[in-house]
Amino acid sequence: VEIVWDDRDLLWQGLKYSFRLFAVVAILGTLMGTVFGIGLLYGNLVVRGILRAYVDIIRGMPLIVTIFLIFYGLPAYGVSLSQFMAIALALSIFAAAHMAEIVRGAVSSISIGQTDAAKSLGLTFWPRMAHVILPQAAPIMMGPWTNLAVDMFKATSLAILVSQADFLFSIHKRASAGGAYMSFYLAAIVVYFVCCFAISRAGALAARRFRLGVVS
Amino acid sequence: MLSGLLSLPWFIDLRLPYQLRWEYVFNHKDWFIDGLILALWMSFIALICGSVIGLICAFARSTGNRFLSIVVTCYVELIRNVPLLLLVFIFYFGLPQAFPRGSDERELILTLLPTAERTFTVALSVYAGAYLTEIFSSGIMSVSRRYLDAGRSLGLGRIGLARFVVAPIMFRTVLPSLSNTFISLFKDTGVAFFIGSRDLSFAANKVNTDFFRPIEGWAAAGALYLLTAWGIAICLRFAERRIKWSV
Repeated sequence: VEIVWDDRDLLWQGLKYSFRLFAVVAILGTLMGTVFGIGLLYGNLVVRGILRAYVDIIRGMPLIVTIFLIFYGLPAYGVSLSQFMAIALALSIFAAAHMAEIVRGAVSSISIGQTDAAKSLGLTFWPRMAHVILPQAAPIMMGPWTNLAVDMFKATSLAILVSQADFLFSIHKRASAGGAYMSFYLAAIVVYFVCCFAISRAGALAARRFRLGVVS
Repeated sequence: MLSGLLSLPWFIDLRLPYQLRWEYVFNHKDWFIDGLILALWMSFIALICGSVIGLICAFARSTGNRFLSIVVTCYVELIRNVPLLLLVFIFYFGLPQAFPRGSDERELILTLLPTAERTFTVALSVYAGAYLTEIFSSGIMSVSRRYLDAGRSLGLGRIGLARFVVAPIMFRTVLPSLSNTFISLFKDTGVAFFIGSRDLSFAANKVNTDFFRPIEGWAAAGALYLLTAWGIAICLRFAERRIKWSV
């Protein structure tokens, strides 16, 4: 245990990287996913077709393929992103595809009467979405969204595969440097478990708060 | 070229166009085909082993024994909240190093887990076991009370009830989840190349590292993953429909 504690600065660096990556992915992925999900439901034929292809292709491939294609593919065509932003973008693209399905499912479960009522109040499309449909869909989305968030936090560990200094990278580096593999890995298990558990608890709490505010 | 077809935004700089050269992929078809077969094989074995783990854990939890159900819950929650890659590291780097050089335990581990492929399959099985425990648990819960009462009235004991009543009904309800799990395990094999297992992602990474062709290699692997996952999904949906019919 002391061995791990002695390296806390380095490990904290890695954990900070993972947290930053997660924060960017959670925000970007949720926003993109919400827009895509609405597009999947209400877009015209072209938009729907493109989004359906995007969602199905991204969901059918391992995340690591997306990461490599974005990480090496964009610079090859001269798009200059920082390495952090490249991997954040790759993870967000993946998260958005899953988020789009979640949004699509939740929004389509809101009864059509709500849409009709909002229309009869004279609300146009975006106000209708923002004030009537999405607030009701949000509590339904919370559960799957939390699962997705936990998955995305776990997926930040894939940054090690393109040699980014995330938490798993720093753990692995220190473990292989000193040879005390098990103590570092056990520490990593504890940290990942605590983080993921905190995310899912927070999600459950938020879901309960959300549900209180909704009249169904 | 691409620039002629698409008008690209300002931040895309076309002074360094990357020429796609697919011959690097086609000249090494065998890497990809062998890798695909290995990935399918690893995920299939992991599904079988994980199902065994999952069945045992799910039935252990359903006995109502307090101790057993705490153990099972700890296992499931721990595995589900830890990235697969960390599990793979633990099995591949951690376990053999946990014991001193030359000790019996270390020799045993090295005989049991001689290759990266085997180690990855074991790690994937343990990972799958946690998810399958949840699936089987919900399958067991979904068996209605009436069937249990009917089984009991026929004089079946606990084992008989589990074997002849719960298991057949449960399998029908969990079958779609099983095929989903198989597909997601197949996609999870994508991280196996990191420990040097020669699966599909290894082929892609080899094209990347040997010829500096990241896009062709990973795009080819991605297309193979995609087509295989869709193929599996279609086959399994078809199989499910047949099975539902005959029961």
